[in-house]
Amino acid sequence: MPEADLIANVMITGLLTGMVYGLMALGLSVVFGVVRIVNFAHGELMTAAMYAVVLLSASTQLDPLWLMIPMGVVFFGLGYGLQRSVINRFIQRPEHSQLLLMLAIATILVNGLLMGFGPDAQSVQTDYQLDSFELGPLLIDKPRVYAATAAALTALALLAYFRYTTTGKAIRACADNHMGALVTGLPLKHLYALTFGLGTACVAIAGCAQMLLLDVTPAAGPAYTLLAFVIVIVGGLGSMAGALFGGVLIGMSEALAGLFVAPSAKSMFSFALLILILLVRPAGLLGARA
Amino acid sequence: MTSEKRIGRRQFSAGTVLLAGAAGLAPYLPFGRAHAAGPSKLKVGVLLPRSGLQALIGQSCQKGADLAPEVIKSALGVDIELMNADTESNADTARTRAERLIEEGANVLIGAFDSGHTAAVAQVAEQRGIPHIINIAGAPQITEQGYKFVFRNFPTAPELGRSGLSLLSDIFKTSGVTPASAVFMHVNDTFGQAMAKGVEATLPRLNMPFKLLETIPYDPAAKDLTVEISKAKATKAELLLLVCRLNDAIVLRKEMVKQRWNPMAVVSPGSPGLYEEQFTKSLGKHAAYAISNTVWYNPKSEMTKLVGAAFKKKDPKSELAFHAANVGYTFDAILVAADAFKRAKTTDPKALADAIRQTNIPANVRMSLGGPIAFNAKGQVEGNRSAVIQNLDGKPTMTLPSDFAEGKLVFPSPEYKKA
Repeated sequence: MPEADLIANVMITGLLTGMVYGLMALGLSVVFGVVRIVNFAHGELMTAAMYAVVLLSASTQLDPLWLMIPMGVVFFGLGYGLQRSVINRFIQRPEHSQLLLMLAIATILVNGLLMGFGPDAQSVQTDYQLDSFELGPLLIDKPRVYAATAAALTALALLAYFRYTTTGKAIRACADNHMGALVTGLPLKHLYALTFGLGTACVAIAGCAQMLLLDVTPAAGPAYTLLAFVIVIVGGLGSMAGALFGGVLIGMSEALAGLFVAPSAKSMFSFALLILILLVRPAGLLGARA
Repeated sequence: MTSEKRIGRRQFSAGTVLLAGAAGLAPYLPFGRAHAAGPSKLKVGVLLPRSGLQALIGQSCQKGADLAPEVIKSALGVDIELMNADTESNADTARTRAERLIEEGANVLIGAFDSGHTAAVAQVAEQRGIPHIINIAGAPQITEQGYKFVFRNFPTAPELGRSGLSLLSDIFKTSGVTPASAVFMHVNDTFGQAMAKGVEATLPRLNMPFKLLETIPYDPAAKDLTVEISKAKATKAELLLLVCRLNDAIVLRKEMVKQRWNPMAVVSPGSPGLYEEQFTKSLGKHAAYAISNTVWYNPKSEMTKLVGAAFKKKDPKSELAFHAANVGYTFDAILVAADAFKRAKTTDPKALADAIRQTNIPANVRMSLGGPIAFNAKGQVEGNRSAVIQNLDGKPTMTLPSDFAEGKLVFPSPEYKKA
């Protein structure tokens, strides 16, 4: 049996990683909850954001933490434009057409990044990348703390936006009652684009946070998409709280499985959890409340 | 101002060494300079992972291949045409590229660094009856399958592990310091598993003074090794034995720094990673004192001097020491092919394979450290030697065996803190 401080260290790592996962999945969940389109290019958009961070950080010498707001704004615009110009035309089409569209966007992004940056891993250097906070016997990775804090703040800001602003309430109305929103004259196309923009901004900020922790390669996109799907299905597709909870759950289950079972088999536990949830609670852990 | 190009001092020196070295080698070579009638050029298909997960090591190996035509032409008078193919760090791509190289007329295949990729290429070579000379790949099963066209001048993983572990005793003896415990971490791929089997089988036989507390396998593509290092640190082991690749070695070392774990040393008993240029570039001072007990070039070989001069001429900003094993073994694989072609006087694959089987290149003519290159009945060269390579003053330096040493061993690391 591992010692208590080792278990605590690993759990804190899992929790912090899970918060970044949660923010990444939040974007996917929000888009599905409102626009009802499954974004199969979600991870690829995050990878694109991570490459943008590499470029911007190299040219401006700015820390990825400082780049979160400008990146969020730029990717909000990209997401808004993508929804208005392309995705809106597919909303009334069959689901397989939507799937093919999003897969096409994902493929274009992966190959565009491959052409532009090559296949090798890219990273961002920060002064604190190898530093840790020491709390008694616990050593907590400094970049992970910063990334998780930024993810939590972004998620809170998004939740507050949907809860307290008029536009946020209108978006929630679209999600709750599509017909009612149409009848009351809400500008659905604009609201959908706004939602897709917010989802893309979330994933861009998650990308900035992730660059503090990991390298990026063009091939990383599909793995992030898959991870985001696992998280939102576990948490409950369309549920914002579910996405955050699912992220933390997956982060911690991977960390603890690595500690108690085998580090090289830790991803297996995310998928085992997914199958279990699909069997016993198909709507996800918080899906029913969404 | 004239348009005349002048030869610089550095180019002149390199050229002089190349010619002088070639002349110096000639008496040792098992073949004459004169070339009888027959095909004038050997087409060598080089398969390496120049992109993807193992790109940096693949590109390092490629440097050895790129130098080969010029050096071999000057030393042996053999014309070589390289046909380069990128395996993209993927076994299926390696298989497809091998097929394509043969279709395009490659007379011999060289590669492919990774054991999994090499096994795929070896299958294609055997099916198509084209000689395949392995530059680097340790999985023993590749030369245990009765293949007639597959040859390897590289130790098998168990041999690598065995000689890497044997050198630990030399480290303890030279330094006068012996750790009481060790933890073993290894990549969980074909090579890593083969090495792990070798290490676990060999350690008890070698009567090592330390106790192996735990074995921790990890995913070679892992981007986060926090849990793995937490587990290793919690064992309070005094030594980390590590079988790694490059990218994971960087991630792992960073995590050790974050978790402030400073064992006596990180020692690799025969894997790449710790001595690569990118390891030092990425980690700076944190790359120092890492030890690789691994295959290396022979600093005293005439061929190393020759290749070293060509390397300096081609890539003056880089150091051959960072690419020693990769360049050495890739160059030697092409040297074997050129030697066989010279003796066979044909590109007929069966005659080439027969000539490769008869290879006998003396130890001071090959670039890598070891005895003569001669293949046994399985197509395997025995007698390749490992050395203790430590990162000192920003570059990998041979510290043992003492008769080849270029620097003084530092053990334990000055950062060592008893857990």
